[in-house]
Amino acid sequence: MVKKIIGRCYIYLILILMYLPVLVLIAFSFTEATNVGEWTGFSFNLFPRLFQSEEIMTALANTVIIAITSALAATILGTLGAIGAFYSKKRAREAIDLATQIPVVNAEIVVAFSLTVMFVFIGNIINVYMFSFWTLLVGHICLSIPFVYTSVKPKLQQMDPSLYEAALDLGASPSKALGKVIIPEIMPGVFSGFLLSITLSLDDFIVTAFTRGSGLLSGEKKIETLSTLIQAKIKKGPIPPEMRALTTILFVVVILAVIGVSIYKNRQDKKEKTRRAF
Amino acid sequence: MAEKDYIISLQGVTKSFGNNTVVDDFNLDIAKGEFVTFLGPSGCGKTTTLRMIAGFETPTSGQILLNGEDITRIPPHKRPINTVFQRYALFPHLDVYDNVAFGLKLKKIPYEKVNKKGETVTKYRHFTRQEIDEKVMRALKIIDLEDLENRDISTLSGGQQQRVAIARAIVNEPEILLLDEPLGALDLKMRKEMQLELKDMHKKIGITFIYVTHDQEEALTMSDTIVVMKDGVIQQVGNPIDIYNEPVNAFVANFIGESNIYNATMVGKLKVKFLNRVFDCIDDFPLNEKVDVVVRPEDVEMTPVKGEGDDSRLKGKIVTKIFKGIHYEYVLMVGKSEIVAQSTKDYAQDSFVYIDVEPENIQIMKRSSTENVYPEAYLDKNNKLIISDAEFDVDITQLLKGSHVDDALYLIGPDGKKYDLDDADVIASIDFNDVQIVDGHDNGNVNGTVVETIYKGDHYAVLVRTAEEEDYILATDDTWNEGDLVSVIVDPSKIRLVLKGDLSKYEVE
Repeated sequence: MVKKIIGRCYIYLILILMYLPVLVLIAFSFTEATNVGEWTGFSFNLFPRLFQSEEIMTALANTVIIAITSALAATILGTLGAIGAFYSKKRAREAIDLATQIPVVNAEIVVAFSLTVMFVFIGNIINVYMFSFWTLLVGHICLSIPFVYTSVKPKLQQMDPSLYEAALDLGASPSKALGKVIIPEIMPGVFSGFLLSITLSLDDFIVTAFTRGSGLLSGEKKIETLSTLIQAKIKKGPIPPEMRALTTILFVVVILAVIGVSIYKNRQDKKEKTRRAF
Repeated sequence: MAEKDYIISLQGVTKSFGNNTVVDDFNLDIAKGEFVTFLGPSGCGKTTTLRMIAGFETPTSGQILLNGEDITRIPPHKRPINTVFQRYALFPHLDVYDNVAFGLKLKKIPYEKVNKKGETVTKYRHFTRQEIDEKVMRALKIIDLEDLENRDISTLSGGQQQRVAIARAIVNEPEILLLDEPLGALDLKMRKEMQLELKDMHKKIGITFIYVTHDQEEALTMSDTIVVMKDGVIQQVGNPIDIYNEPVNAFVANFIGESNIYNATMVGKLKVKFLNRVFDCIDDFPLNEKVDVVVRPEDVEMTPVKGEGDDSRLKGKIVTKIFKGIHYEYVLMVGKSEIVAQSTKDYAQDSFVYIDVEPENIQIMKRSSTENVYPEAYLDKNNKLIISDAEFDVDITQLLKGSHVDDALYLIGPDGKKYDLDDADVIASIDFNDVQIVDGHDNGNVNGTVVETIYKGDHYAVLVRTAEEEDYILATDDTWNEGDLVSVIVDPSKIRLVLKGDLSKYEVE
């Protein structure tokens, strides 16, 4: 009995540690106080103010565009790389494995700084100022590829290696075999690699700060993402209160997405298959 | 027969990976509708041969003809050949129906159409959904899984997965179905059932089956033709009865069924001597030729010895008796040799019986070799014999009668002529009895691995292979297991040498 109670308490303690800060934040997104931690009465006002703040909306849109494009590119490159490495000779595969492991454990500042140096160096050679949306995109892709590779690799290892040959044997060309057998088989890994890339890109600050130039919705100015915007704001004063509303919305969107996915999965399992012709 | 009568012909097919030749000069013609089995121990090249027919491997040399057309370099997805894989290789993300329909959905079928100009052109289309449906259902019916089409692969038992793998292959109506040890993952009872079902299915759908297995019983049960392989080389091709009753060499006899194998000598026309007795036989071999004989345990006839007994007949003592269900298995001792016999009759342990073997039950086989021969050997500057990476202190004076070796290691003939035998090519031969085997590496002249042992009644013939692919066959009383790491000791004084070419070309002033 006592054991049971202690066990329960332990779980609740962990849950509270995980969710209490978020709940506090959500609560404070319904008050207008500029300073964090002050309660000046219940109000929805932060939400309309958030949508009116052009600065924040631009940063949000920039962040989302970069996250999605870089995650897509990193997922394609990382997945194909993992498949290629998997079917390579042992030596080559081990070398590629090692090469993709290093960036994962490497300090992000090294990645960011080396990218900057490289862009400046190339820029000097071809006499062009390199920094733009494209350098930022390249930076984020570089950051994500190793993570995609690492999440796809175990799925390939779990797969029966003769599946590819079986597909060829049944008349699939090598590219069809890839698309119809290998990719569906490793899809869970590809998908989690994609989500990981999005998350990495969404809250990345260091690489963004080092590789961004002008472009996107920021126009002539340097591209501002949520992380760089907040950083810029903190330097001058308190975090804009609208940010609290924004994080609340982000949190709700994520929760809805998670719930949506599990409902969709449940329905899929129950769906009747209809195709028998006689 | 003309080439066209065969559905598939392998002509001089050889496959090497680096220096390792896995399949060596494989020649085989397979008739349409035949059930052919490649049988051999693991590593004999049977799966590689199958993979070359499927198109997953390209032969290093040689040709594969399908209906007379060269398909050696055609990729697997363009061959009308389907495979049932060893571990089934079903697609886990698809259910039973979609697995079976996989090949059909990809297939393009030609049809003729009259175009605007009034010409008849050949176009290609996919199967319609209904056509696919019908074919899939028919295939599922053949394998008896009609009601499981919506099941996920992971919910099927091993036997059911096996059937799906077969359906997935036959639904494409291939000209040849390749089966790579498809029953290996099933339990014994299931395996027996599937053997019969496969045989039935082969009769029903009438396509050519090429089956790979290391299980001799499976091969005997199912095949029209068995191809016995060893070290990438075909040993014997024949129907199961011929292979069982008339194995061409001791390897085949030993690999297929239980057998008593003895060293024997032809002592007269249709007379062979083994176990110290002369037996009548029906195989004609030259007088005095050393041969191997095989007697199957069920062909050993026993009659109890009563009283004093007749000394002119072959007698044996029953030393072991094991009840095997429908028969007893006996081990008889005749002098120092063992004979394994099977009989449904009950004889007492330790009793004596007369042993008879009908002439037609004595299978006489040409012995592949009676001594170890090394045609690639040579002498080095110290007059040592080099066989691959092993060196032996041989007596080179045997090359010239009355000769001796001087201090400078020249061979001096009786007439005083001087010969420098550095780098001279020789053929070395060593009797099986002059080779000894000891456990572990580096304890003898050469290191090697035991790759084959054959019991010859009172001793074992053991084949030791070195890292350089040199074989040493030897006779020993001890049991060795395949895969044992051993050393070989050769008595150098017993090595016989024959010089390649004439001695005169080595003469020096």
